[in-house]
Amino acid sequence: MSREHDLSDQILIGSARERGVARFRRWGLIAVPLLAILFQVYVPRYYESLRYLELPLLVTVYFALMRRSQIAGIFIGAAIGLVQDSLSPQPIGVFGLDKTLVGYFAASVGMRIDVEHVLIRFVLAFSLFIFHQSFYWALARAFLGQRVLFDLQHTAILGLLNAAVGISLFHFLDKLKE
Amino acid sequence: MDLLSRYRNVTVLALVIFAQLILLGYQVKSNQDIRLIRVWAVTAVTPIAKLIDTVRGGTVDSVGKYVNLHNLADENKQLGKELGRLKLDNQYLKSELRSADRAVALSAFQARNPSKTLPARVIGLSTAASSRVVFIDRGSMGGVMRGMAVITPDGIVGKVIAAYPTASQVLLLTDPTFAAGVISQQHRVRGTLVGLGQTSKCMVDYIQNEEKVDAGEWFYTTGDDGVFPKGLPVGTVASAQPGQTDKLVYLAPSGLQGGLEEVLVILEGVHQPIPEGQVPSSTVHLQTPPMGESPSTEPGAPVLSTDADRLRQRYQKIGEMGGHTYGQGLPGSKPPDFNLDPDATAARAKAGGTPSPTPASAPPPAATPGSTPPAERPAARPAPTVRPPAGAPKQVPPGAPGQ
Repeated sequence: MSREHDLSDQILIGSARERGVARFRRWGLIAVPLLAILFQVYVPRYYESLRYLELPLLVTVYFALMRRSQIAGIFIGAAIGLVQDSLSPQPIGVFGLDKTLVGYFAASVGMRIDVEHVLIRFVLAFSLFIFHQSFYWALARAFLGQRVLFDLQHTAILGLLNAAVGISLFHFLDKLKE
Repeated sequence: MDLLSRYRNVTVLALVIFAQLILLGYQVKSNQDIRLIRVWAVTAVTPIAKLIDTVRGGTVDSVGKYVNLHNLADENKQLGKELGRLKLDNQYLKSELRSADRAVALSAFQARNPSKTLPARVIGLSTAASSRVVFIDRGSMGGVMRGMAVITPDGIVGKVIAAYPTASQVLLLTDPTFAAGVISQQHRVRGTLVGLGQTSKCMVDYIQNEEKVDAGEWFYTTGDDGVFPKGLPVGTVASAQPGQTDKLVYLAPSGLQGGLEEVLVILEGVHQPIPEGQVPSSTVHLQTPPMGESPSTEPGAPVLSTDADRLRQRYQKIGEMGGHTYGQGLPGSKPPDFNLDPDATAARAKAGGTPSPTPASAPPPAATPGSTPPAERPAARPAPTVRPPAGAPKQVPPGAPGQ
């Protein structure tokens, strides 16, 4: 019983300290998403395999988790998504909608559980990646009438890769906290 | 109001989602773009991308030079041989030459091409992983407009889908939403080029199964689409196989091979003729005809194609030699000698001899004074003996003239 209690203590937020909102340097809040988007615009030109690394999504998840505010998560997601949309050929709003929901869900989870735990971060990054890709696929088909392929196995593998990268990225971004 | 503040988070979420849905719906419905947001984003991002590209170029160059120098020093220390240094120098110069060659090739192509073009550099990719879109460093300030064609000396690359002041967005021909009119070089088969979302493959749609398309055949632009001038190379056929309704023709786009660094934007296109295709080789091996049945080479002689034709001609000659008119001999009269070889007889006559009714296949007659010995006679080729059908009265075989 006490072991179960310990485990739940580890995962669920129990203290006021853990409930505290992580604060970041102001430049970090702008520079990190911008760099993530630039990475997606620039790096795959030289390394095609990095095309599938969704850094803007990982950054959205991280900031939403750490801010522990659903409204902040919504606006962070929407802003990153809209910038991403404006650099893509598709109508503006597809990534915006997608990342708004991701930001909201991530913040909702961040309010309830301890997101400092590596395993939790991995699972969250993986599941939110799957959600992001599925929702994008649904939007592209329903709104834009595009024939976007959705291979669950392929997406799951990409999700694992993105989650693995996300762990390192989150660890690095932790250092930007004030 | 209390309800709204109680569910503040969900309300904000609903509002943001709703606003974006309205935005998206407007764009899809009216087929118009929210240009202002894009201009801001692209203008903000592309200078940074350009800066990074310049820094990267400089860094790579410096590191390359450092590595070269370091390698040279090591080489000098370890081996002390002049040959090693020269090899490294040579390698470095070759790489420099290659990049210089690419720039020279582009400018030579630009000068040679009748269309008015603008050179540009690829500086980034689109953020959507499913689309194949690149950014180039020339925009509306350089005269680039939406809908302009983008090419390389090797072939077409794509078309400009958005032109911003300092940069433009180019939809590559491998994007699933890309389409252009194309025509094959050899068989002049028309189709629509569509992207597949893969880097090295495109598809030519709407080619019927009955049409002929060969692997390795070139496809060129037709100029019908209003984007690409006619006569630009598109790529070669990687594979062509019949499909359910249309032929499945896959192309290897020539413009994207070897990476995409520098491109040309066609400002004013000029249509060009499609180069004539190489006529497939018509050299076919023909077996030599059987001995004694060589096709006639006499001028004006009919071209004989079947054994029956040759047999008919042979009997006709035999009839002429024997003064026999087919169909006029009475029953019991002497038929012509069908064992004669008319070609051998004619050859002997040409050599000065007199036509002899002796059959070529018959054993040589015994030597008589005045007659030519067998060894000195012109060599008569052994002709296949055509024997008339069994039965004495029926001397003229079926198929002979007059029968």
